[in-house]
Formats: sequence, C-alpha cells, structure tokens
Amino acid sequence: MKPVTDLTKLTISEAHEGLTKKQFTATELVDAHLSAMEKARALNAYVLETPEKARMMAKASDERLAKGEARPLEGIPIAIKDMFGTEGVRTTACSHILDGFEPPYESTVSAQLWRDGAVMLGKTNNDEFAMGSSNETSFYGPVISPWRRNGSDTKLVPGGSSGGSAAAVAAFLCAGSTGTDTGGSIRQPAAFTGIVGLKPTYGRCSRWGIVAFASSLDQAGPFARTVRDTARLTTSMAGYDLKDTTSVDVPVPDYEAAVGRSVKGMRIGIPREYRVDGMPSEIEALWEKGAQWLKDAGAELVDVSLPHTKYALPAYYIVAPAEASSNLARYDGVRYGLRVPGSDITEMYEKTRAAGFGAEVRRRIMIGTYVLSAGYYDAYYLRAQKVRTLIKRDFEQCFKNGVDAMLTPTTPSAAFGVGEKSSGDPIEMYLNDIFTVTVNMAGLPGISVPAGCDAQGLPLGLQLIGRPFDEETLFALGGVIEQAAGRFSPQMWW
Amino acid sequence: MSVDAATVRRIAHLARIAVSAEEAQHLQGELNAILAFVEQLSEVDVSDVEPMTSVTPMQIKKRSDVVTDGEKADAVLKNAPAREDHYFVVPKVVE
Repeated sequence: MKPVTDLTKLTISEAHEGLTKKQFTATELVDAHLSAMEKARALNAYVLETPEKARMMAKASDERLAKGEARPLEGIPIAIKDMFGTEGVRTTACSHILDGFEPPYESTVSAQLWRDGAVMLGKTNNDEFAMGSSNETSFYGPVISPWRRNGSDTKLVPGGSSGGSAAAVAAFLCAGSTGTDTGGSIRQPAAFTGIVGLKPTYGRCSRWGIVAFASSLDQAGPFARTVRDTARLTTSMAGYDLKDTTSVDVPVPDYEAAVGRSVKGMRIGIPREYRVDGMPSEIEALWEKGAQWLKDAGAELVDVSLPHTKYALPAYYIVAPAEASSNLARYDGVRYGLRVPGSDITEMYEKTRAAGFGAEVRRRIMIGTYVLSAGYYDAYYLRAQKVRTLIKRDFEQCFKNGVDAMLTPTTPSAAFGVGEKSSGDPIEMYLNDIFTVTVNMAGLPGISVPAGCDAQGLPLGLQLIGRPFDEETLFALGGVIEQAAGRFSPQMWW
Repeated sequence: MSVDAATVRRIAHLARIAVSAEEAQHLQGELNAILAFVEQLSEVDVSDVEPMTSVTPMQIKKRSDVVTDGEKADAVLKNAPAREDHYFVVPKVVE
C-alpha cells in the first residue's frame, strides 16, 4: 500500500484504479487531501472546506467499492468553484453581497459529479462573480499561485476567474475541480498553473444552479492534471438538462475514449491574427513547437485567417457587462445575502448594492447599464452582437474549408505578480483574455494544455479550439501535446 | 462617446448603486477608458449583418405547461435577511 501522503499525487484514473483494486480506501484518499488542504491555507485556494461532507461521501464510496459497484468517479476528491450552487453548503460567488447564502438546491453539473461517485472537498475561490483574470477581485482575498519564478518568492496570481480551482489542482489539493468560463476563466488559469482546463461548447453543460454572470457566454468545465482526467470529468458534467433551455440535447460520448486517438490527417488551423504585437518570443516559440508536435503526429498545418479577432475583446466588454447588469439586478437585499438598511426601499437597494459589490463588479454593472440604456442600445449592444456574428462567421468559414481545430497560445504572457495589474487601467487586465474570449463569443469548445515553461520557470499553455460539440478532437489533439510536452508541477513551498 | 459626471450619477441610480462624489469621479475615468476601448467597434462594417441572438442554432425545447415544482415557501424564504411568516419584509413602499 502506498503511503498516505502520496495519494494526493495520483491522477483521477490512477486513484480510481487504486480504489477498485483496494490498494487504499476512499476515506484514506480524502483524508490525504484534507490534510494537504490544511497545510496549504496560505494559497487561499479554498473559501470553504467541507471535511465532514467529504468524509461522509467517502464512506458511502467505500461501501460501494466494497460491493464492487464503483461508479466512474467513485471516491474521487473534487473541488467546486464557488459559482456553483451546492445544497446546504455556503455559495457566495466570492461576493460580499451573497454573505452566508446556502442554496436549497444543487447545480446540475455538481449533482452529476456526485451521481458518478465524486466526493466534495470544498468550495474554491474565484474572482467576484467570476469577473476578473487574476482571482484578485474575490471578497475572500486573492489566491496565491503554487508557482513561483525561479529563485524568487514574489507572490504570483493563478489567473482567473477560476483561480482557486486551478491552484487547488496544481498544488495537489484535489484530483480535479470545476470552473466556469465566460471569457477565458478556465483556460487562462489552467495555463498559468500548468494544468489542463476545458471550456466545452456552449450548451454542452447545463448552467442550471450556477451563479449567472453573462448567460450567453457562461459555460461550466473541468480542470485536471491530465487530458484523460479532464475528459473523464467532462463525460460526467456534460449533458442535456430540462432545467436549462440553452443546454443542447445531443448524446454525451465517452470523451476518455478520444484520448490517444490518432490525429493523422487532421487539419489544424494556425490563425495569423493571434500573432499579436508585443507577444513574448517564448510564447511564439512554444506555439511553433506545439504545431510541430501535431505535425509529427500526422496532422496537417494550415494558415488560416480570423479577421475579426481584434474586435472580440471590445465586443465582449459590451455583451458581458450588459448581461451581467441584468443578471445581477437580483441582488437587492430582499431575498438572500447582505442587506444594508435605508430610509426607503430605493436607498436600501442602493446602499446594499454599494456595500455588497466590489469595485470591478460595480464598474461592469455600470458599463452594462449604460450600454443598455435608452439611446445607446443600438450604438453599443446591437453593434456588439452584430460583430459577434462576424466573429462566429470567421470560425465557420475555416471549419467549412476543412479545418478540424485551431492551435493558438492560451495567454499572451505567463502569470504575473499579485497587485501588478490590478491597480491602474482596467483594460490592461482585460487583455489577458485576448486569445480565449473569441471562443466564448462564438460558443465553441476550447482546451488549454500545458506545453512548456518560460525562462523564469513558469508554465505556459497552448489552446486548441474545436468545432461545436467536437470536444473529442480537442482531447485527441490535447493528448498529443501532453505526450510531447510532459507534465508540469510546482515546487512545494507552502 | 464619453460620459460626464452627471451621466455617471444617472447610471449609478439606474443600476441602484450608491456612489459618493469621489467615487463618481473615479468611475467616470474608468468608464471612459472602457468606452474608448470599445470605440474601435465603430470601424467594423456591420451593414446587412444580423445581430447574434443564439450561439447555437437550436430550437428551444418545449415542455408541457404543467406545474412541476412549488410548495417550497420555507426553502424560498430560508436565506432572506428579513422575513415574517411566508413574506419577505422590506421598507414601506406605499404611503
């Protein structure tokens, strides 16, 4: 039997195999993670640990295992982003305005993970209402990345908004985790922390029970340390849900079966517009290396053009805040969360929302309110939605010409320091999502796979973008990159 | 386009967010930076382009018009900051 301290290092497939072969119990697996979490509180990856629930679920898993009735994720310790409603377990979207909120329901995606035997370790930190790219806007404070630059103890961000979920996987504080991705919130933190993260096709996973940010862009997805584990989690999380009319009723394949599948003859688009000014040469070199790996595996590389790429981010900063301003109107101090008293109901609303929302959320609600206000709707929102049609058309054109997937860098830089980009110009932070946001605007699936490290020892990711509902191709291609690049883990300092 | 201080206060009121004079000034700068950034969309030719209404071409599924849920007043009210019996309590809204 393996020593208990090693159990956190297992992949999901390894852990599942060990459990079914009775090399250790689900309780031992969970205890190893709970103890790792306790030692890693300096990272602030979890905003709520749920040890009692975890042990209870592990016990139930051990009973199933004893009877030889293991489900696909039996006993696997999972962390849940605080955007997912978890029944009876505090869910705040890391906002002051949802203080103490305990949903009387379970989100569909997390419910499916539990249906398949997974065990909940706790709720992970994120940017407030998933608005941010560094996990610094959380009411519970920033997440500190488990990664550090060579020879430096500067605190780095894990990326965002799903920073806690990414840091927890990278630091071995869970075997896998959930995230939500509205403009890059799964793929960018996956790249910054050297792990795998998938944003599925819009409609692939139910949004029911997830705190809404921008409903036409939000999509749930998994984080894990390997492509195979990510695929297994996707199979569990995906599927049609009557309670979300935007979820799509197409069968869920066994995504894991796509890992290791041949990519011979696949046509991979290299979009020239992603070669942006000021991109570090290391990222450019890694991109070329990734293309070569795919070519070596038998794929064909083709230069493609996505001419409206540069307009995706500005269009996003109209569409996302507009939808957010509408979604966040529900936080009124009446039905749940924080209430600040006022002399009348309007003052109560205004004071509650001023105290409950952080600066970034207030800013986005204000922008959204402005672009939807009388006289400005056509100039901003309508125009942005037209530009969105053009962005989607760019991709459709490439797919129609026989391109199976695109390869791009995930981010224009490696992780940056805490506080480095959060003080001044909001646009500087927004530019982090320049390569990921197009995918949300077009509703496509995208995966980030770790592919190398920069000169300072920080991980960098490559992104693969696929046709709608063709996550399988992404897993096949992602597997090739993983095979060539290997896996990346931070040096433990915490 | 850019916003002036009066517009910032008007938007804040529409959004039901109290802002101090100092915050309004700060917000004005930030909102104008974002508006300047999105301004580049005006160079795109969008004539004859349909605005996107749904990223996936799909028919929304319909279900029978029947009650599938309900009788959960306690659960609905459980998280309310102020409640009385099965009512949310708010400051007086009608004179």
